[in-house]
Amino acid sequence: MSAQNGTGLRSYKLKVWRQPRGAAGGKLVDYEVSGIDPGMSFLEMVDQLNESLLKRGEEPVAIESDCREGICGTCGVVIDGMAHGPIPNITTCSLRMRSFPNGATITVEPFRAKAFPIIKDLIVDRSAMDRIQRRGGYVSVNAGSAPEANATPIARDVQESAMDSAACIQCGACVAACPNAAAHLFVGARVRQFALLPQGHPERNERVLAMVEQMDAEGFGDCSNHGECEAACPKSISIENIATMRREYMRAAVGKR
Amino acid sequence: MNAPAIGQLEVVDGSLDAKAPGGDIRTRWDRHRFEMKLVNPANKRKYTVIVVGTGLAGGSAAASLAELGYNVLNFCIHDSPRRAHSVAAQGGINAAKNYPNDGDSVWRLFYDTIKGGDFRARESNVYRLAQLSVNIIDQCVAQGVPFAREYGGLLANRSFGGAQVSRTFYARGQTGQQLLLGCYGSLMRQVEQGRVKLFPRREMLDLVLVDGHARGIICRNLVDGKIERYAADAVVVATGGYSTVYYLSTNAVQSNATAIWRCHKRGALYANPSFMQIHPTCIPQMGEGQSKLTLMSESLRNDGRIWVPKQKGDKRAPKDIPDSERDYFLERRYPAFGNLVPRDVASRAAKQMCDQGYGVGATGRAVYLDFAEAIGRLGESVVRDRYGNLFDMYHEITDENPYQVPMQIYPAPHYTMGGLWVDYNLMSTIPGLHVIGEANFSDHGANRLGASALMQGLADGYFVLPYTIGNYLAGVAPGKVKDDHPAFADAEANVNAGVRKLLSLKGKTTARELHWKLGRLMFDHVGMARNAKGLTETIEKIRALRAEFWENVQVEGSADDLNQALEYAGRVADYFELAELIAIDALARDESCGCHLREEHQTEEGEAVRDDANYAYVAAWEHTGDFGKPRLHREKLDFENVHLATRNYK
Repeated sequence: MSAQNGTGLRSYKLKVWRQPRGAAGGKLVDYEVSGIDPGMSFLEMVDQLNESLLKRGEEPVAIESDCREGICGTCGVVIDGMAHGPIPNITTCSLRMRSFPNGATITVEPFRAKAFPIIKDLIVDRSAMDRIQRRGGYVSVNAGSAPEANATPIARDVQESAMDSAACIQCGACVAACPNAAAHLFVGARVRQFALLPQGHPERNERVLAMVEQMDAEGFGDCSNHGECEAACPKSISIENIATMRREYMRAAVGKR
Repeated sequence: MNAPAIGQLEVVDGSLDAKAPGGDIRTRWDRHRFEMKLVNPANKRKYTVIVVGTGLAGGSAAASLAELGYNVLNFCIHDSPRRAHSVAAQGGINAAKNYPNDGDSVWRLFYDTIKGGDFRARESNVYRLAQLSVNIIDQCVAQGVPFAREYGGLLANRSFGGAQVSRTFYARGQTGQQLLLGCYGSLMRQVEQGRVKLFPRREMLDLVLVDGHARGIICRNLVDGKIERYAADAVVVATGGYSTVYYLSTNAVQSNATAIWRCHKRGALYANPSFMQIHPTCIPQMGEGQSKLTLMSESLRNDGRIWVPKQKGDKRAPKDIPDSERDYFLERRYPAFGNLVPRDVASRAAKQMCDQGYGVGATGRAVYLDFAEAIGRLGESVVRDRYGNLFDMYHEITDENPYQVPMQIYPAPHYTMGGLWVDYNLMSTIPGLHVIGEANFSDHGANRLGASALMQGLADGYFVLPYTIGNYLAGVAPGKVKDDHPAFADAEANVNAGVRKLLSLKGKTTARELHWKLGRLMFDHVGMARNAKGLTETIEKIRALRAEFWENVQVEGSADDLNQALEYAGRVADYFELAELIAIDALARDESCGCHLREEHQTEEGEAVRDDANYAYVAAWEHTGDFGKPRLHREKLDFENVHLATRNYK
């Protein structure tokens, strides 16, 4: 463990986006933190900053997190210009301070996208993603009406591939990383999971049409194949999902079953 | 004031009616369903049900009630229902499908759960849970949950956490997320259809009772701070467990006890609060700035071997310690189950080794979990297939590569078997208030088996509550109570007073500092091993901390804004009150059982000694207004189908 490796405590200069609730804009504010164990998580470093602000009678930085083990998708900020920070394919909460050299200046900003309005400081409103899910991110099956689970065999590679898409944690980093603030990776992952699995087939066409329609209505941008989403995704969701979504959309739009 | 001697507590017997049916246990649920009253399909839309929480229990209940035609108001603390902490469950979900043909059955799952819970759960509930387990898997597969499969395309199973059959279904290391996504999908479908109205970023701060029945809740809108009233014909609380009382736990940082605690203060009895599961395989604590402990799935114990050096304080690198100088203490003490003994047994054994000076790592509070033998036997690629994501997670957090160096693990608070008391219908002692999932006390007795939490949450939400709540609602005229009833104004005033008080304190210490102190106290004295002296002293110390909190805590910001310091302080205030009840319960239960080891009651080898003659009961506590003097209601437990026996994993 890092503390055992003889690495000493570190200090950092922070530039943190502060924006009061309801304000049209905000600004970067300078802070300093010291006594940081390299094994601490990035969010624990922010906890420490917030404790010191509280003790000075200042309002802590508003930032969201929950599970702090990379699965709930609650956390997510832009660190030094990168969604979830400089280490690829992990969430903000999994990021450790050993990834930042002692004395570094670290800039922390919210996820920025037209469809993710800032609520306060580093917290944004990602409810647009829930509204897309409402339109078809499921199989319509009521409790109690399911057939025997092993009635439909599913090839293992199909199931594994569907699982790759299902791993999305809906954090929104793909949107924040995209120059167009597109949500194609997120929507594509959900569409692909159900396009692969037989359970998803009866609603296959309606699903992709409705979800894409909602995606557009929420003000997400279009995809121009930058691939920044895949690079930022903490669950390594492949942009192949976007290709699948486009194919599914075309297929549905021309009315094929 | 001195901590109460248990003899001074008021004890009530016979006051609790579990409403568990009698007769042949195999047909009890069928008969009960037939005997319950139904709500006419055309009338269901006239009823409104509040569901607080959107995890596996709350989400599945909200979706299922809406599918039946009820109006549902569903609340969650997060920005989205899909973030509830069920999402973090890694290992799997049990079901008595017997697909592997290895001798499993509903009866065996029932038996294992009763025995694993060390005979402190209600037989009727547990049998029903085992029965419903098979329906859950059908339901989840139909939703498109991508469970692991065999090459023939059928569902795969593995053995998990002390089970001698393979009955655990899993989806890589993220079974919880996949089950929750299935449940979230069903919920969002009902939101789209207008049957569920979703209220994200809300925290329930009080329960509203009208004529003794639960008829609404008071919430704080976490974005703008507004205090909001919601009225309904029944209330379902599914807000999860309370391990965060211990500060460091595997729970999420927003997981908290406030909703159930405030229901308790309104009259719901709190059952077995001291039954707290300490999970054996967590990454050890590193420093004081740490905010949580990370669980490493228990499935790792299937192939990892747990050991410490035979020599105390041996500081050699693990690779330099030859096999003959290692103590594989679980394999030595429990040859039949080895590294797969139940969680409480494994946790306690690890703690004992560390307490005796055999612990490893910087703090001496860790044991090795070693995969060298498995890598030798199976090859690294098979081990990577099975546990790759867990190994990566460990590497990420600790900066050590578990393919080369044994993992270090230590037990951490993980799951609370205790919770609000409910009857067979999952209704609390407040009529109309139903409690499901980890928030209730029901099915796990004094220790929960691995992969059974997801099972219980979904059984409650998909298949139990949707029936049983109808039995209650059938006796209630719908829509009679509106939020302009004076009871709502009273509860709202109560909540507002609490918020104002926290903001007025302007002290010098933070809620986090006091919570951290409370957590240390609880882990050391109300954790894996407890004794009367330690518990008595701890009760005094908890009170002192609570007093310090109310004199000296600092909360910044305003009530009318997004204010996380205020939210947190309110939760910590409740932890002090609940912590005292946990310690009192642990003191009052003068026996050892499951997770609850009273050092006065153990064998020479350190195994728990139960006292069935005096303690085969559920301890359900009533809030009397005086935290030091709760009233104890005892629900006697009868074991007609599984004979009381000493657990033996040797």
